[in-house]
Amino acid sequence: MRALELNGVSVYYGAVRGVEDVDLYVDEGEIVALLGANGAGKSTLLKAISGIIHPRHGSIAFFGDNFGKLSAHRRVIQGLVHVPEGRRIFTTLTIGENLELGAYGTQRNRTERARRLNEVLGLFPLLQQHFQRLAGTLSGGEQQVLAIGRAMMSNPRVLMIDEPSLGLDPQKVDIVYDMLEEVAKLGTTVLLVEQNVSLALEIASRAYVLQQGSVVLSGPSASLVDDSRLSDAYLGKSADDHD
Amino acid sequence: MSLLLNEIGNGIFLGAFFGLVALGYSMVYGILRLINFAHGDFYMVAAFVSYTILGAVLVGHSHGQWFTVLWVGVVVMVITGGLAMLANQFVYRPMRRAAILSLMIAAIGLSQVLENGVLVTPQWGATYLVYPVTTPPSGFNLGSNHYTWGQLIIVLISGLLALGVYFLVGRTLLGKAMRAVSEDRIAAVLMGINVDLVIAIVFFIGGALAGAAAVMTGVYYGQINYLMGFTVGLEAFTAAVLGGIGNIGGAVLGGLILGIVQSIGTGIFGAEWAIVVAFGALVLMLWFRPTGLLGERVARRM
Repeated sequence: MRALELNGVSVYYGAVRGVEDVDLYVDEGEIVALLGANGAGKSTLLKAISGIIHPRHGSIAFFGDNFGKLSAHRRVIQGLVHVPEGRRIFTTLTIGENLELGAYGTQRNRTERARRLNEVLGLFPLLQQHFQRLAGTLSGGEQQVLAIGRAMMSNPRVLMIDEPSLGLDPQKVDIVYDMLEEVAKLGTTVLLVEQNVSLALEIASRAYVLQQGSVVLSGPSASLVDDSRLSDAYLGKSADDHD
Repeated sequence: MSLLLNEIGNGIFLGAFFGLVALGYSMVYGILRLINFAHGDFYMVAAFVSYTILGAVLVGHSHGQWFTVLWVGVVVMVITGGLAMLANQFVYRPMRRAAILSLMIAAIGLSQVLENGVLVTPQWGATYLVYPVTTPPSGFNLGSNHYTWGQLIIVLISGLLALGVYFLVGRTLLGKAMRAVSEDRIAAVLMGINVDLVIAIVFFIGGALAGAAAVMTGVYYGQINYLMGFTVGLEAFTAAVLGGIGNIGGAVLGGLILGIVQSIGTGIFGAEWAIVVAFGALVLMLWFRPTGLLGERVARRM
C-alpha cells in the first residue's frame, strides 16, 4: 500500500521555484529519506505534503486518497504528522501540555488522550521526568525528543520529520535516531528529511536526492551509499557536469 | 484613611469593568498580536442592544428585576460575541497575511463604522439614553462608605467570568490550543488544531465579556452613549498593558489597579481628570516596566 504518493508536484513561492515536477512515493511501513543540500527544496516538499503550502501543480495522495486542497489540520486528523524544521515545540507550555496538544486532532476524548500519553511516555521515558517543566527550558536534544513524542501522540500512520539531527551533538543524534527506528518498528511509516547522508541512509530503506528543486537520484539506500552522484548533489554539481 | 479605603473600594468596583473589557483586548492581542481598537465599540453596541431588549421586555422604569437582567445579559453576551466573531470573519481574517499596521487601521475603521452605525440607527442616536434598569440604593456599609448590593453583584459576576476565562485558558484543551496558536500558528496547525476556529472562539469570548460589562455599566451608571466605547476601550487597553498585554491574569490585575489608581486620582484632582490619571499611570508603567506587571511570567500567556 502506498502511504504517500506524489505525482508531478511543483511548488512556487511567488515566481520563485521551490520544487518542480517531483514524483515520489513511500510505502506503508517504510522509512524513506529525502536528501539534498541546503535549499534543494526538501522542507518545501514536506510543507506541501502537510498542507502548510499548496502546490501549483501535481497531486499528493495519502493511502490512495487525493489530498487536494484539504486543510493542514485535517491532514493531521487523517493520520499524517509533520515535525517541522527547528522542532517548533511550544516553549511557553509545559512538556505535558505539549504532548497533550499532540493528540488534539485525533484523540478528542480525555481518556483516550490519557491512554495515548501513557503509551508515548512508555516509549520515551525522558519526557516523564520533566513533565511539569516549561518546554523552553529543555536542551536541544530533549526538545527534539519532545517534538517526536508530541507527534507520536496523534498515533500517526505517517510521520514526516525535518532535520532531526540539526544542532545536536553526536550522542543526542544517536538517541533521536534510535527513537525513529523505534517508531518505525511500531508500524509508523517515516519520511525523513536529512542533510546528514550517512545517518539517514543507515535507517532508510530508500532515498530520494533533491537538487535545486528536482529529484536527481533515487533508489535503495544500499545502492546510493557509494554513488558519486549523491555527493555531487551536495557539492552543487549538476548531473550534466559529471564525467 | 477611611477616605482612602473608600476610594479603593470604588476602584475595585470600577476595575471590575475595566478588567472584563481588558480581558477581551488582551486575549485578541495574545492570539493575533492585534490591538483591536474596535473592542470598546463591541462593548458600546452591546449597551445599546441590551437597552433595546430590556426596554422591550420590561415595561416602565423598573427596579431590581434581577432575573430579567440576568437572562438578557446572557443573550447580549452571545450577541456581542457573535458580533466580534463577524468582525473577525469579515474584517480581520481576510487580512491575516497583511502587515499588522494595516490590521490596526482596519480596527480603527471598524470602530468608526460601529460608532456611526449606532449614531444613525433610529431610537439610538447621539443623545444620552436612560437605561431601562437601575440598581436599587439598598446595600451595606463598609467603613463610612455605602455599597449597593448591585455593586457587590457586579464585582462578583466579573470575578466569576474572569475566573472562568482563567480556567478555560489555563486548564482546558481548548485553552492550551489557544496558547499554542498564540505562540506558533504553524506548529499549532501541525497538531491538527483548526487555527481559524480557535481565533474565532477567542473573538467570541472577548466580545461576550465586553457584552457582560456593557449590561452591568448600563445598570449601574444608568445612561449610555454611542461614544462610551471609546473611553472604556482606551482605559481597558491601558489596563491590559499595565498588567502585561496578552496575559490573562494581567488583564484582571491591570483592570483592578487602574480602577483603584483612577478612583484615588479623581478623588484628589476631580472626576474630569480620570483619563489623565489613567494615561499617567500607563506612561509611568511603560517607563519602569515596559512589559507590564505580569509581562514576563509567560506561562499563562496566550
